[in-house]
Amino acid sequence: MNETIFGAGSMTGNGIVFGQVTHTYRPQRGRPVLALDGVSLEVKEREFVALLGPSGCGKSTLLYLLGGFMPIESGTITVGGKAVTAPGPDRGIVFQNYSLFPWKTVKQNVLYGLEKQRKPKAEREQRAQELIELVHLKGFEDSYPSQLSGGMKQRVAIARTLAIDPVTLLMDEPFGALDAQTRTLMHEELLAIMRRTPKTCVFVTHDVREAVYLADRVAVMTSRPGRIKEIVDTKPSNGISRADYINTPEFTEKVDYLWNLVRDEAIRAQEAH
Amino acid sequence: MPNNVFTRYLPLLLLAILWEIGPRLHWVDPSELPPLSAVGRAWWSLLMDGDLWINGVSSFINWFFGLGSAIIIGVLLGVLMARSQTIDDIASPLVKALYPMPKSALIPVMILWLGLGAGSKIASISLSCLLPVILSAYNGARGVDQTLIWSARACGATDRELLWEVVLPAALPEILAGIRNAVAISFIVLVASELLVGQRGLGYLISFLGEGGVYDAMFAVVVTVSALGFFADRAYLFFMRRTLLWRE
Repeated sequence: MNETIFGAGSMTGNGIVFGQVTHTYRPQRGRPVLALDGVSLEVKEREFVALLGPSGCGKSTLLYLLGGFMPIESGTITVGGKAVTAPGPDRGIVFQNYSLFPWKTVKQNVLYGLEKQRKPKAEREQRAQELIELVHLKGFEDSYPSQLSGGMKQRVAIARTLAIDPVTLLMDEPFGALDAQTRTLMHEELLAIMRRTPKTCVFVTHDVREAVYLADRVAVMTSRPGRIKEIVDTKPSNGISRADYINTPEFTEKVDYLWNLVRDEAIRAQEAH
Repeated sequence: MPNNVFTRYLPLLLLAILWEIGPRLHWVDPSELPPLSAVGRAWWSLLMDGDLWINGVSSFINWFFGLGSAIIIGVLLGVLMARSQTIDDIASPLVKALYPMPKSALIPVMILWLGLGAGSKIASISLSCLLPVILSAYNGARGVDQTLIWSARACGATDRELLWEVVLPAALPEILAGIRNAVAISFIVLVASELLVGQRGLGYLISFLGEGGVYDAMFAVVVTVSALGFFADRAYLFFMRRTLLWRE
């Protein structure tokens, strides 16, 4: 009996399985809108998958369902074979708007999750300091978020999420509010972090280049209702580094191919408005 | 800088001069408005006699418990209403009914129920101050960014931790602004309730002196109450800015 329950989980280790997830968005006024329509997707342990699609395609909704922030109406989501029912420290999340506690300093923000996990004080202090150094914010421990730039705020948010060492990292357009240069630097930093502390990552974006640059696979979603249109392998084929990957014809081809897929959906989404 | 302070308080200085020379030159009847110097002398003797202290302490106790209970109950109720549909459904009609009511109309009712002592005054102040506190706490807690709550949830925060560690501090800027309104209202209702009936308090002192025709002393108490209200607001503003330093 155990085998049947945990069988699927062990196949993917701590991977994620979306099974026929359907979600209806019900605004307080107006008609209900079908946001997700039978989305099925598997993310293997330590795999980096980007969800790519036009705005309003339900990709963030899919991420929030995985986070356990909204009830799953129809279908199943499992992480490591266990069904998602509520938010939990096994799934850390980073939002586009940073979502830092503005009344807490950088250090207090990073400590928050560790306090919730009831870790001993000495361990909390050490871990928080490690994380702050990992995201290159040494010297800003006592600054408040309002005193930091957008890129620095997002590094604090990433440190706060990584502090509790989640198995899975959920990212909701985390670099969407940053300028192009900062975004590029954050991409490099994220990849460096993922090399040091490998995690399963689901990354929501509407930026095609970002998706190809960061992800092992890119799942393209259709505009409303959101379905998986196609899944494209975006890992560099000859094992070259991501930094070099960006200058190869292969990278350009992948970007062009994905852009064509997204383009149709973006046009459809615009026409629907 | 000294120049700046001078110009800022120049209107007050002009008012003080007018207050002094107006009655002396009989522009106004000195028996209705005694000159400022006479008011100052009366103030000094009230202070020395201990009348100002005894009644001041009595007023302070009413004010402190009235406003304090309004803040505690108002913040709790406002935050809980914002976070729980059930509590909102129960409390919301009561709050809405209280909203348009002139708060001084509550004073006779409170006297009827709680007597002439401190209880009715504390209750009047509390009820009058409750509304701005509830509303600010409610709006503040309603406006908390959903992703902030989700972030705390994903870190493993329980419902109770979420309320005290996330919702309350996030709502704090609005709550503190609401409390500032409550402080202003508290002074109005404090004096009004003591004016109406009572044996103690600064409001009582004003009506007692006024009825006795001791107008210089009456004005001395009126000025004292105004000054206390002004400094209470200044002190609160200072405290509020210190507390919200993280906002920049």
